[in-house]
Amino acid sequence: MHWTSLSEFFSMGGYGFYVWGSYGITLLLLGGEVLMLLKRKRSLARREDPQRFEGRNSQLESSL
Amino acid sequence: MSLWLKFTMSKRKINWYKYAAPANFYPLAGRIIPWFAVITIILFAAGLYVGFFVAPKMGGDQREAYHIIFIHVPAAWMGMFLYVLTAIYAGIGWAFNARLASMMATAISTTGAIFTFISLVTGSLWGRPAWGVWWVWDARMTSTLILLFLYIGFISLQSSIDDPRRADRAGAVLALVGLINVPIIYFSVQWWNTLHQGATITAKGYHMVPSQLAGMLILLAACWMYSIAVVLARVRYIIREREHEAPWLSAEGVV
Repeated sequence: MHWTSLSEFFSMGGYGFYVWGSYGITLLLLGGEVLMLLKRKRSLARREDPQRFEGRNSQLESSL
Repeated sequence: MSLWLKFTMSKRKINWYKYAAPANFYPLAGRIIPWFAVITIILFAAGLYVGFFVAPKMGGDQREAYHIIFIHVPAAWMGMFLYVLTAIYAGIGWAFNARLASMMATAISTTGAIFTFISLVTGSLWGRPAWGVWWVWDARMTSTLILLFLYIGFISLQSSIDDPRRADRAGAVLALVGLINVPIIYFSVQWWNTLHQGATITAKGYHMVPSQLAGMLILLAACWMYSIAVVLARVRYIIREREHEAPWLSAEGVV
């Protein structure tokens, strides 16, 4: 361990903006990619099985 | 001879060609994605721990800014690796009329573009404290920007063509021609006098403290595992979108 305090760790010797900015953007982009995939999964499920996602009325209609 | 025959026979037991068919590949991919996701999280945590708490701080002008290396270099490598993979899969899909290979190429390209973008942004964030500039038109950076444009070209070309197999073929031509850019990126720091530093790791050895190298390689492994997980997930959705009329997809328990 090379850091004596938490604030020293976050300041990164004055380069905190660049270091944490790099890791923040990476997290944002990779997390965003995963979110987009989950969104795609949901919209696919909705398209394949519309009844499951519709309200009660339409379910009643289709059962009649 | 008999031994060779025995060897090839034993290899035959697992019929890998079976998994070239989307109907067999789809459930297999679905089963292994969670494992890759778990390994990804473990490796990211381990790599960041080694990079920030085990690897020593550096002296010199850059000091702590050097910690960007642990994500910058793996992202840049992934950008190049995934481009080569995109081109290979696209080429196989085109040459052998293998639709799953073409779908793999499409699935990989998005993740490759994201890693290339990450390498450019983190490089810029490193360039500012190290060189005093966010961007220079040096050979390494310019050729990496071209790589990003090749990815964007591949993705937009494919999405602009309605017929999936025609889109696959057009994409394959672009991806294969663009392959020429990959060795240019790799050797750019040798061929031209660049602001970007030379390769830290070469066939002859590496210019890093072993714990720094370890942190970087663990994060590279994490990026690989991440890529496998998201690419397999994406190719499953591409299969479902393209082959929604296939009877196996509506079979019980597949989706």
